[in-house]
Amino acid sequence: MPVSLKDVDHIALLARLGLTDGERAALRDDLESILGYIGKLETLDTTGIEATAHVIDLETPLRDDVVRNPEDADAMVGNAPDRDRTYLRVPKIIE
Amino acid sequence: MSSSNEESITFEYGDWEPVIGLEVHAQLLTESKLFCGCSASFGAGANAHTCPVCMGMPGVLPVLNRRALEYAIKTALATGCEIPPRARWARKNYFYPDLPKGYQISMYEEPLAVGGGVDIDTPDGLKRVTLTRIHMEEDAGKSIHDAHDEHSLVDLNRAGVPLMEIVSEPEIGSPVEASAYLRSLRAVLQFLAVCDGNMEEGSMRCDANVSVRRRGTTKLGTRTEIKNMNSFRNVERAIDFEIRRQIDVIETGGTIVQETRLWDADRGVTASMRSKEHAHDYRYFPEPDLQPLIVDRAWIEELRRGLPELPRQRCARFVTEYQLPQYDAEVLTARRDLAEYFEAAVAQHRNPKAISNWVMGDILRLVRERKLDDALVIEDWPVRPQALAALIALIDDETISGKIAKTVFDEMVASGDEPAVIVERKGLKQVTDTGAITAAIDDVLERHPDKVAEFRGGKDKLLGFFVGQIMKATGGKANPQAVNDILRAKLAG
Repeated sequence: MPVSLKDVDHIALLARLGLTDGERAALRDDLESILGYIGKLETLDTTGIEATAHVIDLETPLRDDVVRNPEDADAMVGNAPDRDRTYLRVPKIIE
Repeated sequence: MSSSNEESITFEYGDWEPVIGLEVHAQLLTESKLFCGCSASFGAGANAHTCPVCMGMPGVLPVLNRRALEYAIKTALATGCEIPPRARWARKNYFYPDLPKGYQISMYEEPLAVGGGVDIDTPDGLKRVTLTRIHMEEDAGKSIHDAHDEHSLVDLNRAGVPLMEIVSEPEIGSPVEASAYLRSLRAVLQFLAVCDGNMEEGSMRCDANVSVRRRGTTKLGTRTEIKNMNSFRNVERAIDFEIRRQIDVIETGGTIVQETRLWDADRGVTASMRSKEHAHDYRYFPEPDLQPLIVDRAWIEELRRGLPELPRQRCARFVTEYQLPQYDAEVLTARRDLAEYFEAAVAQHRNPKAISNWVMGDILRLVRERKLDDALVIEDWPVRPQALAALIALIDDETISGKIAKTVFDEMVASGDEPAVIVERKGLKQVTDTGAITAAIDDVLERHPDKVAEFRGGKDKLLGFFVGQIMKATGGKANPQAVNDILRAKLAG
């Protein structure tokens, strides 16, 4: 399945990736190869086989609605690259 | 529902027919978040309610909150939806700083519930707006853009709070129907106690898909999505504006662009968000961290049996059980808190129509003035239902007159005291003692012999004058009926 450089650029934009020309070409080849394999799978006759939503066959585990706040929420904020008091600080977002 | 005493406006679009579908996000009233144990409450310090799960740290796994699921199922059952054997979680991918994982866990191809509907009253009678689907998802965090010039601040307390998205078919035909739909849906959510339905505070949010077509045609026009409407009134205004804008564009030879537009309540216009195309490329795929959602059918049936009385049932019951006019019943059941207030008062003193009048009048006015809307906690209202019932009981047993009752009510609001205490303290007890009333009447008649002569000479209108003087003399406390009877007898004789 052919993948264009335009496709690569679109996906890179969605993934917020900045790519060099060399990476663009390499990723195009990779994606072509992956989609080629999917194309191969699509030739199989899957009539009557239910689509797999998840590979592990389990009941839905449920949790009681009980509050358990983390003991050290401040440490959570500390994981972020930048902070302002207990806020996370990020580059300005303009709508 | 004719439950609003706000000015009602009629919307006319001539040859054009609006087609509207609504997407409502309702925040579920759980204690903890959808997939982790962090508190779902508001008002804590920034990021106090965050953990590795809702912060999107690597290696953590979400576990579904049973109560959130229960609330969504109850909503589905109350709106007559079908709950398919299996639902599936999906990732909705986009980048924004208040979405720590880079995706929102939602449902896409296999929602929790489908079908069902919400009933609304229209001038043409009852109309059922079909629901496309109900699904569950997690909320995003909150960004603050105006604190710094160079930076935005992010608070993830809301990230992971459980939401339910309720999507209607494009079957809503006017802005008024849109707000009627929202009111009706909100009443259902409040009666189920699954969402407080507060639009101003964002626990119930609404987006509208709007298009127009020529009357008599069936092909749908290109639609726009309107966001940022935070009250019933704004929903009506925004949709009305958008319909007119679209008609104007088409009639002047333009075409409608499919886009998201933001309602600007101050300017009264919708404006394009000018988002780029890829903004809607969410690349949904099945959430690998969660099993498909297979809900126990026995549990569903148990929840169905346990459903509380819903607004429309309660409205019908108010008419039959309390002999209330349909209008009263609709106003009182448009909100769960109001209905509960009414019934608590009636339980104390069985005079439903009088209580209804006070609740729809003075109580509702107070609730609006003090913005107690949607709190659902009638104990916090300035006059408790038992106190209102006691006040009406005092009128009914003729301890006070209806006029004095207004004074007592104001004092109840101001002091929080019981009506009987206020009546005693201020000496407002109605004078029913005929001796005292007769004495007052004799006094007034003695002081105005000329007027008495005029009355007896045929000037009937003077009766009002005498009543006024007597009421003045008794501080408004004389029983009006007794005054009337004795006065008429005296004047006749």
